[in-house]
Amino acid sequence: MSFNRWIWLMAWRDSRASRRKLFLFSCSIVLGIAALVSITSLGHNLEIAVAEQAKSLLAADLVVTSRQPLSERAEQMIEGLGGEQAREVSFSSMALFPNSEGTRLVQIRGLTEGFPFYGAFETFPTNAGEIFRNLPGALVEESLMKQFNAKVGDPIKLGELILPIVGILQKIPGEAMVFTTIAPRVYIPATEIPKTKLIKAESLAKFKVFIKYPPATLVEEFVKKRRAPFKELRLELETVEDRKRDLGKSMNHLQTFLSLGGFIALLLGGVGVASAIHVHVKEKVPSVAVLRCLGASANQTLQIYVAQGMALGLLGAIMGGILGVVIQFFLPRVIQDFVALEIQYSIAWVSVLGAMGAGFVICVLFALVPILPLRRVSPLAVLRATTAVSHHRDPLQWLLFGIMGLGITGFSLWQSTRWYHGLAFTGGILVAFGLLALVAKLLISLARRAITPSWPYVWRQGFANLHRPNNRTLLLMLSLGLGTFLLLTMYLVQHTLLIDLLPAGKGRQPNTVLFDIQTDQISDVENLLKNRQMEVLQQAPVVTMRLASVKGRAIRDLLKEPDHRRVPNWVLRREFRSTWRDQLVDSEESVVGVWPSQKIRDSIPISLEEGIAKDLAVTLGDDLEFDVQGVSIATHVAHLRKVDWKRMAPNFFVVFPSKTLEAAPAFHIITTRSNTPEAGAEMQHALVKNYPNISLIDLTLVLKTVDTVVSKVSVAVRFMASFILGTGLLVLISAILTGRYQRMQESILLRTLGASRWQVLQILVIEYFLLGFCASLTGVVLALGGAGALVFYLFKLPFHPPLLAPFVTMACICLTTMTTGLIMSWGVMNRPPLEILRGE
Amino acid sequence: MNDESILGVNALTKSYSTSGGELTVLREVTFDVRRGRTCAIVGPSGSGKTTLLGLCAGLDQPTQGTVHLDGIAVHSLNEDGRARLRNKLLGFVFQNFQLLTTLTARENVMVPLELCGEKGADHRAVELLQRVGLGDRLDHYPIQLSGGEQQRVALARAFINRPKILFADEPTGNLDSETSGKIIDLLFDLNRASGTALVLVTHNLELAAMTDQIITLRGGRRVDPL
Repeated sequence: MSFNRWIWLMAWRDSRASRRKLFLFSCSIVLGIAALVSITSLGHNLEIAVAEQAKSLLAADLVVTSRQPLSERAEQMIEGLGGEQAREVSFSSMALFPNSEGTRLVQIRGLTEGFPFYGAFETFPTNAGEIFRNLPGALVEESLMKQFNAKVGDPIKLGELILPIVGILQKIPGEAMVFTTIAPRVYIPATEIPKTKLIKAESLAKFKVFIKYPPATLVEEFVKKRRAPFKELRLELETVEDRKRDLGKSMNHLQTFLSLGGFIALLLGGVGVASAIHVHVKEKVPSVAVLRCLGASANQTLQIYVAQGMALGLLGAIMGGILGVVIQFFLPRVIQDFVALEIQYSIAWVSVLGAMGAGFVICVLFALVPILPLRRVSPLAVLRATTAVSHHRDPLQWLLFGIMGLGITGFSLWQSTRWYHGLAFTGGILVAFGLLALVAKLLISLARRAITPSWPYVWRQGFANLHRPNNRTLLLMLSLGLGTFLLLTMYLVQHTLLIDLLPAGKGRQPNTVLFDIQTDQISDVENLLKNRQMEVLQQAPVVTMRLASVKGRAIRDLLKEPDHRRVPNWVLRREFRSTWRDQLVDSEESVVGVWPSQKIRDSIPISLEEGIAKDLAVTLGDDLEFDVQGVSIATHVAHLRKVDWKRMAPNFFVVFPSKTLEAAPAFHIITTRSNTPEAGAEMQHALVKNYPNISLIDLTLVLKTVDTVVSKVSVAVRFMASFILGTGLLVLISAILTGRYQRMQESILLRTLGASRWQVLQILVIEYFLLGFCASLTGVVLALGGAGALVFYLFKLPFHPPLLAPFVTMACICLTTMTTGLIMSWGVMNRPPLEILRGE
Repeated sequence: MNDESILGVNALTKSYSTSGGELTVLREVTFDVRRGRTCAIVGPSGSGKTTLLGLCAGLDQPTQGTVHLDGIAVHSLNEDGRARLRNKLLGFVFQNFQLLTTLTARENVMVPLELCGEKGADHRAVELLQRVGLGDRLDHYPIQLSGGEQQRVALARAFINRPKILFADEPTGNLDSETSGKIIDLLFDLNRASGTALVLVTHNLELAAMTDQIITLRGGRRVDPL
């Protein structure tokens, strides 16, 4: 297809009367292209940031991590790694701010000299990251300082240790700040940790050794040979390359999510363009017939409109490109909280042009769908309009659909980290589009059949508008339905995670969890609660243990098995916190077997949660051997039970019978409920003051912090959704405007025949209400299905959608559709017929 | 068909398949039009006049029979071949003018020459528009012109590629009698001046009487004496 000067000239001439409309059509794809431009450009900036800040991500060349105190052998091996070393021990415990008497669970980190080897703490005052180790003092995270209205110089009490706060922690090399709100961090010198008297043998502490090597050292090569023996001692080695890979993966996920959102907006825009061009070229059929009559070939006439489609795509791509570059200024702010990197803004021209190119191609492909049939316009149409377009199926059109399908699949595969995710995304889009199109067809068919002469005139007209030629039903169903589907799905998932996962503050549900209670402190703590009219809702002992063997095979052997045959790593290597008791609790349900009661031979019968049993591939009678802090315990599965993890109660994978674990080092958990925030605060204060080793989780605060994190995630989700919704609105406006001429002709005729403006208004209101209602209803059904699937399969939670949200969504969409429709059609009703006729 | 013929139609038949069976709208029509001569096709509504014109001009394919234009077998050409032929040999004038609404008068007239890539289209379009009395309306759009003026633009467009034969479908059907007279005069003047043959479809027997040859159709058959 060669586009000569005449083709471009004719395309330009032909567009004269429709340039404003064509400009509006191109707007449909602007937001989609803008989203892609800003996201791909962001991806490029992230890559640069990862490459430039690689070492500061880890703050060292190598990090050794252990979840238990380092044994003598481990110390020897770490010694053998050489280099300059710094250490950190971290654990969760309560912090008390004596000035405000506020308490909160924090993550305490004890640091030696040297860390960070690369990058730096960002603090206020700026030198606080250096001086806290010498004074000694504490570096406290900003969110915590704000919560308790604390300032530099105030004291902080950690266990039995009181230190002055010497600085506010604003940024830590290699860590994303959004996740810190759950357990805010407090740094103190490592030498001060013993003075807190908080670490005991059973404490859940993490031990890290940071190592720096001379610049020329090939750390990756050096570590490669040493990984296996370290793994045997349950020591993890992490290099800068490992961190980069992990970070790359999470960046990819973030970018994939954003890109696919942008892509949906672009596809929706493409549908808008196709529909608008369809109306445009339909008006052009007589011109095409004249050109064919005057001797233009089928290709020449086609090229004129393809040239218009290309110009439209180019205009959309340029506008989208400019908008995308502008948005890129704001995008880093949206995601800054999720990444541990300092994202520098720069325009990545290759990415920008690539995204603009993708947008251009999508626009042209979608525009070709209605343009291709122009090849088949008969020149005979100049004599007889009925012979205008041949209705036979065009093989080229099928080829075009094939290319579009391949393009969508290709883009999804390119953006997805796993091929089946890409296919699932394409499948999801097809199902959503297909279902919406099907409902649109049903609606058209229903509107055609349902109308009976007994209906009031305005209702008959309103319904008829849905099925008559040039109706906008399919397009509006697609754009409004898809927008509703995506937005409501996000809301429902967010709502389920927040409300259903954390049902705080209802009835006798606990809202406070006390843990790390030593055996000799139990009765004192129970009294403390009793004195404040706070009931002990549940009390459970906890013993920390690891798996040593499964069905007689040692964990180290199981870890060597090929990936597809192996029990997941995290199950084999995880730390099990188990308990003992003689009966099921409220949150449990027996599945199979007999509740463990007594020891048979040398093996203890245990009850296993059914999910973990499935992961371990064990069933009744199978042997499991646990390592309880150096002591080996043989067990066998006697009972399987189902656990309602959603219930706010101490839940366990493994439950032992009584009189089996009592001798092992244990701590206890108590759940209780405070009826007022004041009573809760007073109890917390008394607890921290008298028993500094006991930690406490205020579930109301957890709910708030989870809400903060989810809200930050929602910002990114809503940011993306706004592109989709914006595109939907643009498509809605352009769809209404393209049908406006037809509406105007009919309204004029109706008014000439005596219809009042009120009747014309009613007809329009009925039409747009029906469209908004059916589109939003389909979107709601899709959203309930989509959110239900996500919640059930991905988050493994029961799905209880809020009743009100779907109705509110439908009401909003109906109202928006009717309002937009009426605003865009206002001139149709208000101007005198003659003026409209002349104007058009 | 001899060398003097510009249009040779032989046993031309056109049928359509409909739900009620095959419908024949034109049956074995035969006639010749000689170079530079004029011919009128007349008959009542539904007699097949417009169908015959469309087939003669290569706008449609016959079911049976042959059409030769300037010795070229039109019925054996594909659609793009027929389009090239229309561009080189034919001119058209229609009842409803069929001007491109987004093009000015001058641009409408230029299209046939631009299509074949000929130079000087602008100059010749201006010359023709001046000749039809629209020298001062060159850059007006069709919507800004009266019916008579639009048909004059269509006449200028029909003659710009110096056609050997001009097909006119009810050229005065949408015009009042005064304007019709002026358009007919202009049509015949241009025809004579450029030596173009003319085939016109009309209900107007007065107009038909001005031509050299009259083909009368009834029920798809030629009913005038051969």
